[in-house]
Amino acid sequence: MGNLQNNLFDIFYMDTLACSKTWIHSLDPRAKVLTTLLFVGIVVSFGKYEISILIPFMLYPVIMITWANLPIIYLIKKMVLLMPFAFFIGIFNPFIDRDIILKIDLTFISLLDIARFVDLTKFIEIMGLQNSTGVIEISGGWLSFFSIMIRFSLTVSAALILISTTGFDSVCLALQKFRVPSPFIVQLMFLYRYMFVLIDEASRMVRARSLRTFDADSKMRFSLFVPMIGQLLLRTLDRAQRIHLAMCCRGFDGHIQMVRKMSFGMKEILFIAGWSFVFVMFRLYNIPLNLGILLSKLY
Amino acid sequence: MHMADALISPAVGCTMWVVTASLIGYCSKKVKSEMYDEKVPLMGVLGAFIFAAQMINFTIPITGSSGHLGGGMILSILLGPHIAFLTMASVLTVQSLFFADGGLLALGCNIFNLGFFPCFIAYPLIYKNIVRKVHTQPYSHQNQQKKDKYILIGALIASIVGLQMGAFAVVLETLFSGISELPFGTFLLMMQPIHLAIGVVEGVTTAAVVIFIWKARPEILDSALSTSSLSNSKLNSNSKSLSIRNVVIGVALATILTGGVLSWFASSNPDGLEWAMFKTSGVEELKTQEGIHTSLSAIQEKIAFLPDYGFKSNELSESNKSSENPNLVDSDSNIVNAGTSVSGLVGGTLTLLFTVVIGVALKRRKSKITIS
Amino acid sequence: MSHHIVQADNLHYIYPDGTIGLDEISFKIHHGESVALVGSNGAGKSTLLLHLIGCLTPTKGDIRIGDYPLNKKNLKAVRRSTGMVFQDPDDQLFMPTVFDDVAFGLINFGVPESEIENQVMKALEIVGVPHLSKRSPHKLSGGEKRAVAIATVIATMPDILIMDEPSSNLDPASRRRLINLLKTFTHTKIIATHDLDMALEICERTIVLNKGGIIADGNTKELFHNEKLLLESGLEKPLTMQGLR
Repeated sequence: MGNLQNNLFDIFYMDTLACSKTWIHSLDPRAKVLTTLLFVGIVVSFGKYEISILIPFMLYPVIMITWANLPIIYLIKKMVLLMPFAFFIGIFNPFIDRDIILKIDLTFISLLDIARFVDLTKFIEIMGLQNSTGVIEISGGWLSFFSIMIRFSLTVSAALILISTTGFDSVCLALQKFRVPSPFIVQLMFLYRYMFVLIDEASRMVRARSLRTFDADSKMRFSLFVPMIGQLLLRTLDRAQRIHLAMCCRGFDGHIQMVRKMSFGMKEILFIAGWSFVFVMFRLYNIPLNLGILLSKLY
Repeated sequence: MHMADALISPAVGCTMWVVTASLIGYCSKKVKSEMYDEKVPLMGVLGAFIFAAQMINFTIPITGSSGHLGGGMILSILLGPHIAFLTMASVLTVQSLFFADGGLLALGCNIFNLGFFPCFIAYPLIYKNIVRKVHTQPYSHQNQQKKDKYILIGALIASIVGLQMGAFAVVLETLFSGISELPFGTFLLMMQPIHLAIGVVEGVTTAAVVIFIWKARPEILDSALSTSSLSNSKLNSNSKSLSIRNVVIGVALATILTGGVLSWFASSNPDGLEWAMFKTSGVEELKTQEGIHTSLSAIQEKIAFLPDYGFKSNELSESNKSSENPNLVDSDSNIVNAGTSVSGLVGGTLTLLFTVVIGVALKRRKSKITIS
Repeated sequence: MSHHIVQADNLHYIYPDGTIGLDEISFKIHHGESVALVGSNGAGKSTLLLHLIGCLTPTKGDIRIGDYPLNKKNLKAVRRSTGMVFQDPDDQLFMPTVFDDVAFGLINFGVPESEIENQVMKALEIVGVPHLSKRSPHKLSGGEKRAVAIATVIATMPDILIMDEPSSNLDPASRRRLINLLKTFTHTKIIATHDLDMALEICERTIVLNKGGIIADGNTKELFHNEKLLLESGLEKPLTMQGLR
């Protein structure tokens, strides 16, 4: 119960974030939806051992968060809370895929004087990597594991940024403009609207029960669970009927229209084009690698 | 279980998106054609109900773990498969956007796994067929027990089958994506039994709630059943079963078609986008770039990170890279150029630092502006 | 349109399970009148209101709203001329934002798009909450929700306002604001309520219902002095009158 209510506060908070007034917020929702989809699509299109090439993509969340003035600590916290899922799936990889596919010559690194700042040998010990003759050998499993984690944070942050800069109803409107069938859009809007009402109702029922059970942490029995859910369902059905009445009284005849001004102007085109260009560049050129090569040449 | 973006390849993700989108389109059309206006609020509020109902947990005896109401099956029983599918889709969409359950690319998979199987397979083929026998009789004390039993059996089997299929789909999708290393068999052995247990819990709760509703307000179920499912299907059972069959066939075709095209595209060109880029930019540019160190090392790095690992990638690099640039394959692809990987490491760290610096700088500038 | 009469003629309603909902209800409400509908829980107030907006069809008897008899054919026209404020504002505010909610009725009744924003803001200004237009309903307080619910109804400029328990669940200040607001409305008003003090302030006429039938219909002040009648119908003398003995 606590969990879902916390989630509700989360949604509340993200809703509030979506109401702020930065120029990112004022962009047409369609531009943000498209950019997010492109971002997610490109990020997941990499091979499973890619790590370095994914790093530049962090620029997108970082810049969006600062432009849109989002609370970075909050978003990171939210992401960390979601981590375990990807972690548990990904963590199998290092155990199964043990072929060494990456070797890093430590002697080479010592040339770069990095060893002065980071004690790599300790790092290697902690990571449980084999260390033979100054060469770190990293198995494919570890690479793909880190790749999964990076992808996960990138895609999740993109979704969170979308929702907290745009707001759910604007995302729905954007989807409607993209020709998503209207029953589905209406369904999404109603679900979102009444989620708050019904979760509130459910939590009141749960609270009422726990106040009448004198054993503090007594478990909910199945025989109690069923009538409770049943009651909630009946109330929900009644509510649906009342809402339908209220809709009919205001002339509802099966169509829901909304008058919203949406303007897809120069700003939106530049936003999409700019990010698309950046993403494609990041996709085509391994910037970190080239940077590294450049640097090592200087030495 | 929810699929996650990180575990899914674009080919699988897109295939399932196409399949799910066409299902949503089909259901929307279907729903619109039958007494839609009354159902608008009903669908929405029941979607919210699924959320709220998940707050109420009961304790499963002996195990000590807790269970709650599942979604797809009870919605199908209350509203019929089409509305139930749309409602499940909306629930999962909200979850993916706010709780980042799954993610955007995996949304197609999740809607399919958790919506399609219970609504379009388990409900019409199993639940309906079992409950049909007792449905036409009015609810009375004589046949009450018999009815309860049929509902329980129907919901139980349908839930189990629906979830087993969903779990199997998760395994298949993960396998085809090839991001996770879990072997097919192990994953399958992990997923199926867990979902058997979940299916039993979902079946029992669904049946209990349906029986509760039937006793308290029989007209709700009657009207729900008559508008879009049972009695209707009795009148014209031919057309009804045909429509379900059409859905299944359509879905299968869409999956095979999109999946086939995309996987062909992906397998013959491991980097679809890049391939498209080169294709559009033409060979000329490719040639001029060949001399440039950066582009060459980019490809080289790709080989370094994707060595001959397993037969699949071997075949891949042979068939594809060789045609593009034979020199690269000849170079010893199994031995990783230490210099290259170190460059990647150093460059990656630098890029990361750079990103953070940009963020901090932007933030600074911003706060300065607001202060002044 | 000059006579916004609400007329009920010998209304009977029996619920499907056999309970009597309405029993021989007849009344006539004239243009501009404010009528309070009072009675204990289950006396039939809500049932009567549902009949007036055409959501329930009487088992026997007729309803006339304005120039039309209430039937399937006239339903849309009747609903256009009546506005119903429901008891739970959450049922009435179903759109993503306050603006969309107020605009909902306008769009359905075919108001041209260019005028919609204007009329929405006008309605919100009347109830005193123009600043809420971009907010989502789930983030409003109880009082704000009620105000917006009223705005959604008056936006379409109905002739007759029908309200179910408008002052329930409001804090005293919000209730006072509501009463002052309702006093300024010149619509024909039919208000079902338990809040007799509010009825006393707003409505010059009161209809008392008991067990589905009308047991009194007359001047509010006079009726509320009749303690026997009030007791009989599960009511109590309004607090403001208790001191005036």
